[in-house]
Amino acid sequence: MKLTVWTYEGPPHVGAMRVATGMKGLHYVLHAPQGDTYADLLFTMIERRNHRPPVTYTTFQARDLGSDTAHLFKDACRDAYERFKPEALIVGASCTAELIQDDPGGLAETMGIPVPVIPLELPSYQRKEYFGCDETFFQITRALARQMDKTDRITCNILGPTGLGFRHRDDVEELTGLLSEIGVDVNVVAPMGATPTDITKLGQAHFNVMLYPETCEAACRYLERELGMPYTKTVPIGVGATRDFIAEVQALTGLTGQPDESRLRLPWWSASVDSTYLTGKRVFLFGDATHVKTSARIARDEMGFEVVGLGCYNREFARDIRALAKEFGLEALITDDYLEVEKAIEDAAPEMILGTQMERHIGKRLGIPCAVISAPVHVQDFPARYSPQVGFEGANVIFDTWIHPLVMGLEEHLLAMFREDFEFHDAAGPSHHGGHAPKPLEEAPATSVAAEAEGSMPEDTAARSTGSDVAVWLADAEKELKKIPFFVRGKAKRNTEKYALEQGVTEISVDTLYEAKAHYAR
Amino acid sequence: MNKPAQIASSGCRETPILKERGQREVFCGLTGIIWLHRKMQDAFFLVVGSRTCAHLLQSAAGVMIFAEPRFGTAILEEQDLAGLADAQDEIDREVDRLLSRRPDIKQLFLVGSCPSEVIKLDLSRAAERLTQKYAPHVRVLNYSGSGIETTFTQGEDACLESMVPILPETQDRELLLVGALPDVVEDQALDLLEKLGVGPVRVLPAPRADGTPGVGPNTKYAVLQPFLGETCAALDRRGAQRIDAPFPFGEEGTTAWLRAIADEFGVSPETFEQVTAAPRARARKAISAAAQTLNGKSIFFFPDSQLEVPLARFLTRECGMQPIEIGAPYIHKGLVGADLELIPEGPTISEGQDVDLQLDRCRAARPDITVCGLGLANPLEAEGLTTKWAIELVFTPVHFYEQAGDLAGLFARPIRRRELLKMEADSPSQKTREVAR
Repeated sequence: MKLTVWTYEGPPHVGAMRVATGMKGLHYVLHAPQGDTYADLLFTMIERRNHRPPVTYTTFQARDLGSDTAHLFKDACRDAYERFKPEALIVGASCTAELIQDDPGGLAETMGIPVPVIPLELPSYQRKEYFGCDETFFQITRALARQMDKTDRITCNILGPTGLGFRHRDDVEELTGLLSEIGVDVNVVAPMGATPTDITKLGQAHFNVMLYPETCEAACRYLERELGMPYTKTVPIGVGATRDFIAEVQALTGLTGQPDESRLRLPWWSASVDSTYLTGKRVFLFGDATHVKTSARIARDEMGFEVVGLGCYNREFARDIRALAKEFGLEALITDDYLEVEKAIEDAAPEMILGTQMERHIGKRLGIPCAVISAPVHVQDFPARYSPQVGFEGANVIFDTWIHPLVMGLEEHLLAMFREDFEFHDAAGPSHHGGHAPKPLEEAPATSVAAEAEGSMPEDTAARSTGSDVAVWLADAEKELKKIPFFVRGKAKRNTEKYALEQGVTEISVDTLYEAKAHYAR
Repeated sequence: MNKPAQIASSGCRETPILKERGQREVFCGLTGIIWLHRKMQDAFFLVVGSRTCAHLLQSAAGVMIFAEPRFGTAILEEQDLAGLADAQDEIDREVDRLLSRRPDIKQLFLVGSCPSEVIKLDLSRAAERLTQKYAPHVRVLNYSGSGIETTFTQGEDACLESMVPILPETQDRELLLVGALPDVVEDQALDLLEKLGVGPVRVLPAPRADGTPGVGPNTKYAVLQPFLGETCAALDRRGAQRIDAPFPFGEEGTTAWLRAIADEFGVSPETFEQVTAAPRARARKAISAAAQTLNGKSIFFFPDSQLEVPLARFLTRECGMQPIEIGAPYIHKGLVGADLELIPEGPTISEGQDVDLQLDRCRAARPDITVCGLGLANPLEAEGLTTKWAIELVFTPVHFYEQAGDLAGLFARPIRRRELLKMEADSPSQKTREVAR
């Protein structure tokens, strides 16, 4: 048993739903009790889907358990086929049905349903959502994909996009354009948008693009092994990665088409002087492995940030992420425990978090700006406008998204300069963020800096809680500390106290403050 | 308000109920934890279940606002399923860890789920053992919020029911209000009752363990939510007597509910009139604004919270709506009989669900507004039907006089929004066409 407060991933049958909901003409008969239908709202509300997910839940109750839940499954299966007339069925059990061992796959097989019936074995008590996606798509591919004549023109399949994915919709569009400029047509995009009939035609393509390894790696490996289809290993998120991807595709195909870079703005936006303030911004990365991996490279090489912590919640990719962390001189955080992530972020005290919906809440609590780079997603991660992550436009989108939460360039200095101004002071927050009135500037009681910071600066609470074993701040030093912009004040305070502790100083003076500053200067 | 029509018949009380069995598009009883943990401020809800349970809790209401809420899921893993002997030890370990980290917790609910029920994990035994261990500091109770036994709001019923046997015995003549309401509404109710001179008034659940009400043969209780059937039965077993009334939604419902209590406690008609006249007038005025939009419109309820019958009564009688189908997961006639009686005959009353068949009926009827769960709302909107998410009715303060206008407004807003949105071009040719039509 493991106590869980918030989860990054749902159960594996939710992964199967993401595949089924992404596809067309496929229906999922899920042996499950009432209540498991909550998963429908993930798709209809978060993703604003205008159709119910193609899932029939058998809805067994306690009183059925003694008698015949298998019969219930068969009825649901038959009704679902009659009503929805899918091209193929996938059948499986949710966590509760797994315990009653009705064997949905075996039952459905005996029913003479005239379309392919694909059984899913998703161990609910061992695995999670991404496994469910990957395994389901693999089983569908294994059941349906066949060796076929290749298309005359060079084509590929784009594999990986599912329902509820982070920007999958726009990534596919951007990637299709990019491939077209290299000279590659797209044969099938799957699971998202594909029918079971389309899956049978995967073999027509010359190679596969593994867009999101989390959801399609097993299928890519299978297609390579059984159908001799190579697949790309680079995920084209970020400028460098996109260029690597183009080179990889060119090497695979022998094509030499060069995508148009005239729309790519990130390099100049990053080089322009206003971006100088981004230099060495300390960022913490957490999310799914693919997005963390790509983001780490962008953060360091394309934004000039300093990565101070990174990790992922999907253990399947732990080895990759550990290797990545090593490259950055860090220890990877591999966990799906939200409280552990919160603790790690609090300890690293970054200036920005690049994370998931969950880290957005952590950021809110700790007063650290956060941009979302990965699922799990929230309704606001499905913007109406075109906003891919992949390719050159994706890089532009990422630049904008990441700097949006920050106080920008000169404003950072102005806020510090006019700290005493009643409305343009440093606790007022970035001027491009509406929605909150500037907090009035209050004279804090001279005895407690932490109290002054309360509310707008929760990062100080950590310092306050350990207040008893740290040095005492002299009034002058405390006054000086207040002159430091609020978004770095917490860090300055902690660093000074740490320095004082190390030096055995019990009273912090203005000198201690600046000695510590020099000590920690980068 | 429309003047309550004189109804000669028994309304819908005797209407045969269409009982359906099939796929249900509803939450399980665990969902109640989302509001119960806010209401009981020193309680922690520990679900013993699967990753699905944890995922449901965080998805159902989109509630990831709290860094560490007062609920969590002890997720069963492969090794827990292999040998049951350990499961009790595992619970002890998780509870130890939890209570040492959260010394503010005074009540701990072990909440059963589908998987824990299927493997017959005995949570009552665990609760007993842990109560002894942590007495008198922490009280450990258990109930089941599993989907194989409970639907959505029945989780609150099961939770409150579990508290009844341990309520202290009292011989006092007290009024007990039963049901978790938002504080603002509960305060209004208490204020009205105080002005009527009814008292002492106690509330179940109390906001903190030390405020736990007593119960006994002289306890009169009034129910605030229509889904608390098992809790009522448990209170009856303790000798308490229920004051039967329609539920306090809208001006009429609130007045009838208060009047039943006033009659029981011997409040004079003059006092009653004096206390309720002003809020009644305010409620009528507030409702009338929304009722202009709702009057004459048809409504279709998919089963969700068991609030459907009292709400249909309010919308029919105070807002002039026409119910086509009133679906509820479970219809407890003993509790909602008074409300059913006030609804004029006509609508289909359905219990349980076969969602595909019900969707067929709904599409055929094309109601002006459909009340349904979040899984169905957007798909129906996309088909051109106006919808109201049912869950908002559970999370929003809607009881009593001062919220009557808000309650009507919840139904009027989707209709007004649909009338408001215009995406057509405003070009002259377009206008000419409009005129020509």
